[in-house]
Amino acid sequence: MHSFSLNAQTDLFKDSSSPVKEKLRSTFKSTRIVSGHSVENVGKGILDFRISHRFGSISGGTYEFFGLDNAFTRLALDYGITDRLMVGISRGTYDKEFTALLKYKILQQTTGPSAMPITMSYVGTGMWRTIKNFDPLASAFKTQNFFHSHQLLIARKFNDYTSLQLMPTMVYYQATPKPTDNNMMWSMGVAARQRVSKRVNLTGEYYYQFTPFDGYTNSMSFGVDIETGGHVFQLHLTNSYGTTERSFIHETTGKWGDGDIHFGFNISRVFTIVKPKDFKNKW
Amino acid sequence: MKKALVIFSLFCVCQLSAQKMYSTKSGQVKFNASSALESIRAVNNQGGSRWLESNGQLVFSVLIKGFKFENQLMEDHFNENYMESSKFPKAEFKGYINNLERIDLTKAGANEVSAEGTLTIHGVSQKMTVNGTLTVLSSGKIMLKSDLKIKLKDFNITGSYIGSKIAPDATISLYCIYE
Repeated sequence: MHSFSLNAQTDLFKDSSSPVKEKLRSTFKSTRIVSGHSVENVGKGILDFRISHRFGSISGGTYEFFGLDNAFTRLALDYGITDRLMVGISRGTYDKEFTALLKYKILQQTTGPSAMPITMSYVGTGMWRTIKNFDPLASAFKTQNFFHSHQLLIARKFNDYTSLQLMPTMVYYQATPKPTDNNMMWSMGVAARQRVSKRVNLTGEYYYQFTPFDGYTNSMSFGVDIETGGHVFQLHLTNSYGTTERSFIHETTGKWGDGDIHFGFNISRVFTIVKPKDFKNKW
Repeated sequence: MKKALVIFSLFCVCQLSAQKMYSTKSGQVKFNASSALESIRAVNNQGGSRWLESNGQLVFSVLIKGFKFENQLMEDHFNENYMESSKFPKAEFKGYINNLERIDLTKAGANEVSAEGTLTIHGVSQKMTVNGTLTVLSSGKIMLKSDLKIKLKDFNITGSYIGSKIAPDATISLYCIYE
């Protein structure tokens, strides 16, 4: 028996490892696709400072310098409390609007045994429009300034190149243009990412409104995400002027066919606020 | 047939006791490719390693996706652009500890050791000799520490930032306590 064990020596070089469950990272390259959210969160202890610009309509021609005369800016801070929970605040010049958000990753896509096929997040946003309305006859739609939106983001990363996302969304309006309109406005968003090179990804985002307000169109946007070290630089073209959920999903008036296309960009820079445990000591 | 299996598994048990194997699943691997411009370092606390007392055969393997960076974006770039971890999920070293028989594994103390073998990173295998310290702790457990420097281009790891923001050489530090 002893001689048997010597003859059949263990060979550690034979690979005996079984496949392990792994989280799939970077379904999208940023927490926003163009205007709306992706399933991505900022990591735990990370602060993301985000500057978004949206210009006027390209159809304004040379007089409006193709929209560059009318720029709106939005500054946002997002912070990761845990790897799954992110909170954020922002202030935008469009309608002088403040927002606060909470995003929670409910499911995380994995590979390996008993893999989870999708990532799913919830994002809730509160919006407060503060622009003064001096028209004494303005309807409640123009003067009721609080809105909130609720979205489920369901995404799948098919491979390193392609990801898709669905976004069932509800935006709540306290007052609507017509009394017969729904206060709960439902829409379905769809978004995609396609990697074209190591640092460049193309994105697209479209929201279909089930019962749009009269005179408003669906938001459709295309973007390019460029990664440069600590930054993600997003350039985009969209028919929406606003960048908050209520303003771009349900209050888009521009039509692609009429040249109501806005150029915009987002710059994001991340800062590590709380270092992970392993990085606290000097190496 | 079943009986044969039982007897066979008994043999296996005997074999393990006859041929002592040290192992860990929580080896620490640190990686540092910092440059003057940027601090680029990561840690993985789930390194798996085993070695045999009889002949010094040693394996060490680590999943690339298990490396944690301070900055999440850097971690994503590390995985997608440099290490291509979906294609090459693992890095590993397979080799033999030299002259293990000269070390008394029952006596507490530090011993300089070297291991010869093959290091595979990013799908590229390179033969090398790695130096380290094997310490018999007073608890009887064995601690292995090693630092090695690799050239990223030897493992076909490329990118425009290597040489500027990312150092061309990376230091890999191992730290394991074996059961």
